[in-house]
Formats: sequence, C-alpha cells, structure tokens
Amino acid sequence: MGFEDFVSIFGSGIRLSVPLILACLAGLWSERSGVVDIGLEGKILVGAFAGAAAAYATGNPWLGLLAGCAATIFVSLIHGYASIDQRANQIVSGTAINMVADGITALIGNAMYGQGGRTPQLADTALFNAIPLPFVDALAPVPVLGPIYKHLISGHDAVTYIAFAAVPLTYWALYSTRFGLRLRAVGENPAAVDTAGISVRGLRYSAVVICGVLVGMSGVYLSVAQAAYFQPHMSAGKGFIALAALVFAKWRPWPALATCLLFGVLDALATRLQGVPVPFIGQVPVQAIEALPYLLTVVLLAGFIGKAIPPKASGVPYVKER
Amino acid sequence: MSTPHKPLPVWADVALIPLLNVAAAFLISGLVVLAIGEDPIEAVKILITGALGDLEGIGFTLYYATSFIFTGLAVAICFHAGLFNIGVEGQAYVAGLGAALAALYLTFLPGPLLVIAAILAGALFGAAFAAIPGYLQAKRDAHIVITTIMFNYVASALMGYLLVNTLRIPGQMNAETYPFPANAIVPQFHELLKPLGIIWPVTPFNLSFLLALAAAYGCWLLIWRTRLGFAIRTVGANPTAAVYGGISPANVTIVTTLLSGALAGGMAANVILGEEHRLILEYTAGFGFVGIAVALMGRAHPVGIILASILFGMLYQGGAELAFDKPRISRDMIVVIQGLVVLFAGALEHMFRRPVAALLARRTTSPPI
Repeated sequence: MGFEDFVSIFGSGIRLSVPLILACLAGLWSERSGVVDIGLEGKILVGAFAGAAAAYATGNPWLGLLAGCAATIFVSLIHGYASIDQRANQIVSGTAINMVADGITALIGNAMYGQGGRTPQLADTALFNAIPLPFVDALAPVPVLGPIYKHLISGHDAVTYIAFAAVPLTYWALYSTRFGLRLRAVGENPAAVDTAGISVRGLRYSAVVICGVLVGMSGVYLSVAQAAYFQPHMSAGKGFIALAALVFAKWRPWPALATCLLFGVLDALATRLQGVPVPFIGQVPVQAIEALPYLLTVVLLAGFIGKAIPPKASGVPYVKER
Repeated sequence: MSTPHKPLPVWADVALIPLLNVAAAFLISGLVVLAIGEDPIEAVKILITGALGDLEGIGFTLYYATSFIFTGLAVAICFHAGLFNIGVEGQAYVAGLGAALAALYLTFLPGPLLVIAAILAGALFGAAFAAIPGYLQAKRDAHIVITTIMFNYVASALMGYLLVNTLRIPGQMNAETYPFPANAIVPQFHELLKPLGIIWPVTPFNLSFLLALAAAYGCWLLIWRTRLGFAIRTVGANPTAAVYGGISPANVTIVTTLLSGALAGGMAANVILGEEHRLILEYTAGFGFVGIAVALMGRAHPVGIILASILFGMLYQGGAELAFDKPRISRDMIVVIQGLVVLFAGALEHMFRRPVAALLARRTTSPPI
C-alpha cells in the first residue's frame, strides 16, 4: 500500500468518523453530568430524519441542521425528564428512545413521502458541500504535505469542521470554565454540588440539551452531508459505536476524538480490504474488522488493557434531601 | 431499590398503575396514527380482526407470542437479579447456531432424540454467549449493559461471517444452511391435529409454545420457590445484604446470566426448529428487544409475561394485516408502540403514582357527611 492509498483510506476514515465524534461528545456531556445515555442511536435517527425532511422542504441545509437539532433536543428532554425528574432507570429510558425513534422515523417518513420511509433525494444546494480551504491548489504540488492538505485537511463540509472544532471547545468548556467544573462535579458527587447551593437539576438539564444539539448534528451529517436522503435505520449502530468510543476514551474529549478516528479508519479499512489479501494474515473477513470496536471496548471494560471507570454518579438519580 | 413514594393499596400497585401506564402508551400510539392521517379506532379493529379474527390469525399470534415468552423470561430473570440484559437478541441469534449445528451434524441420533438435542444445543449456545458478559460483570466489574450491547453486534458479525462463508450451501446465493432433517423439526400444530380430525389452517404455531409455557412455570418455581431464586432476588434487592446472608453476588450473577441465555435460546426452538427448518441471516428480527418491552409490561412475573407476549403477538400479527390494509400504517408502528410501552411501563412507571396516591388519599381522608 502506497502513500496515495494511505491518504485515501484516512480521508474516508475522517468522513466516517464525523458522526461518531459528534455522537460521542454528545454522550460525553450527558454522562459527565450523571445522565447515562444509551439512546444516542435513536437520537441520531431522529436528527437525520428531521434534518433531511427540513432540508428537503426548505432547500437549505442550515435549516435542516436547525430542525435536526431541535428534534433531538426534544427527544433528549424526554430522556432528561425521565432520568432527572422521574428518577427512572436511565437504561430503560434510553432503550425506549431507541425503539420509538427507530419506528417513528420510518413510519412518518413512509406516511409523508410514500417511499418506504425514505425521503426524496435532496438537491445539491440543499446539502452541506465541501468547502475548499485557501491555498489548496498552490500547495498541491508539494510532496507529502500537498495531498495531506488537499485530501485530509481541506475539502470537508461545514459539519465536519464543526465536529472537529467541538472537541477543543468541549475540552475547554469542561476543564476551564466554572460551568464545566460544576458539570463534572455533578456527575461525580451531586450531593456536594447541591450543598454548594447549585442546582443539580439545572446542570443536568443543560447537559442533556447540549447532548441533544451535538447528537442532532451527528444525525444531520448522515442524511444531509454524507448521503443526500434519509433512509430508515440508516444510523446502523453508529450510536452504539459512539458509546463504545466513549467508554474506550474513558469519558475524556481528546481520547474520544482519537478513538472515533480510529473506529472511522477501521470502518474505511473494512470496506477497502474486502476480498484483498493482507500480507502475513491472508484475507481478513470484513466482519472481523466490523466487530473489532465492540470487542476492543469489552476488553477495555473488563480491565484487561487499563480500566474504564465511568463518572461515579452516572446513571444514579439524585434525590434531594429534605 | 427503595421507592420514595407513599405505599399504595395492593390492587392499585398490581393492576391500576400498570394499566394506566400501558393505556398511556396506547393513547400516544393512537395520536401517532391520527397524526399520519388514519383513524385509530378503525386501525385497532383491523388489528384485532387480523390477530384473533380466525384460526390462522390466532396461530400466527401464538407463534410470535412463543418467541416473546422466551425472550421476555430471559430479560425478566435478569431483572430479578438487578441485571439488565440487553443482549437477548444476540444470545438468541447465537442459540440458532447451536440448534442448527446439532440438527445438521448430530443426525446419528434416532427419532425425536435429534430435535431434543437441537433444542438443548440452542439453549447451551445461548447460555454460553451470555456467560461471557455475565462473567465479566461478576468478576471484572464490566457493566453488563454495555457488554451485552457490544455483544449483540459481535453476534451479528460472527453469525454473518459463519453463514456467508462456512455454513452456506455451496453455489447458493442466500446465506442460509441446508434444510434440517425431518426428525430435527419441532412439529407444528396443524400437522399434529390433522390425525385427530381437527383441521387447523397452516400456521407456524408449533409445540415450542408448550415448551414456553413450561419455561414460564419453571421460572416461577425457580424465582419464588427455590433457594437459588431467593438468592437471585436477594442479590437484586440488595447485593450487600446478600453477602451478609452468605450469598455470593458474583456466582448468582453468572448463574442468572446463564439461565437468561438458555431461555433466549428457546427462541431458536420456536423459529429455527419450528418454522424455518434452516438457519437464516438475522432470524431474530429484533424479537430479543421485544423481550425488554414484554418483561417490563409483565412486571417480570411469568403470568404477566405470558399475557404481555400474547398482546405483542397480536400486535405483530395484526400489525402485518394492518400494514397490508392501510399502507400508511407500516409495520414500524408496532416498534413505536413497543418503544412507548417501554417508556411508560418502564422509564416513566412512577409518573402516575403520585397523582393516583393523591387521589386515593383524598378519597379515604374526606370527612364522612
């Protein structure tokens, strides 16, 4: 495999990792505040459907993004209401959201467009298109750096740049602001935060809303940037891979980016290696590479390679003492 | 888990609250049907007629219900130990492999011995696949929710690989195994009733239904009438207290997940040995997740699970008829209902508790005139 192949695999790896990065950060915000979110998969579908439907109706991808995020904020608030106010089992609530989202996007899509749940093809102008960065052509002849700049750094769409900007932003907000400190504290020891006179409920609800915004963008990316339509079940487990990445990254933003990139590149490799023998190994079955993120996460969780310890209060409803 | 709510009378706790929860789920479902421009009352009529209107409908309803009883029991037994097994889907899928391997390769077994071996092999494979997350939860503290989610995908990848690359009939396009020999098949009721002079239309409804009822009775005996069941419930209620009582939560966790996986394997008996008669790709079709809804709706009690399974069997069978009559209400509607049942009977189960408690309190404390 030459340099060209490397650039091309890594390039498609980046594109495949964008929805994972956004969904993983969404889960990170939610779980760092103490609300476990296994409903990411369903929310991606809701965002993808609402985004595609709005982009189709208005012809504007940004309105699609807005609609997608609004829809996922709504779903997140249902999960928040169950988890924060009703002190529900958050796993059950997340499971419910996955089921309802899976069914209702296909159902409404089918009722609205009559194409078995698929939305009509979006016009080119209704999509997030590639934005070339300056100096691409000037740098193109430079060896090594030229192709890397052209194919890996430049030429992505707006959502991709937002996703990559969201990582340092999340890092900064969580570790350098008062809000972030409080949010992390509420995921570890809500009673202490409460004693300090800060609202546990308010912090958790804001985390849930941030989660909704990020996961909404993840869904919209699928239908309005990667594909040009919504299709039932199109998230195809990405929400759960993002969840795996979150565990693998031990609930930290930069490792989350690295893990999502790794899983994205693995995904690109799986497609690339289909039917191609690998030196020393022979043909690698696609399914083996597909299962790798899940297996790696289980191995990590089991503590065989380091230990993934979730935020202490995640999944535990807070009961204020009276 | 302690409930921060006032105690309610038993009848309200056992009947009224669950009914209100399920009613809320169906009410919202009705609104969804209205929103897509169809008449919910008419939809319910078509659904019930499709599910129970004739013997054929009833046969299909009970065939689906059989699968749901198995997956519902598998989820419920874990609930009692305080575990959430989301991996029933994957366990049932791998169980299909066990049943198929036995049916195809243990053909030296005479007569009904083969089908019994195949059923047991399904349970064994299901249990073995559940054992890994169970062991990791018990001994390595790896959260069973995450590991079972991951294992659903591992199962899907593993079975996809085996069916496409090793088990497929050479030269065939479809990823499926050879058909099973006749003595590896769980008999269907319409064949059994024919010699007795009873004509039942051809449906996949098979003897696995009785096996499912037996499993439900067995679960009831196990959970409420045995030492192990007591240990399971104690660990579920309070693992720390269980240790003081001389119960090992780790061992109980492993045993419970093994039983859960074996119960999930019952679905292979119903679908693979009872209807398909060969192993096919993605045969579980999300029924493992229906088990979550069934277990929550049936409040993890075998009787409740049987009733909830029949209701979901009706939804699946009637829903197919409904999608045929009213193409706007596609089969996805059933998944929506299922999700809403999980939401209202599971996540928001206490939502009606406070208003009901307030209402009952007002009634009992109002001064007599």
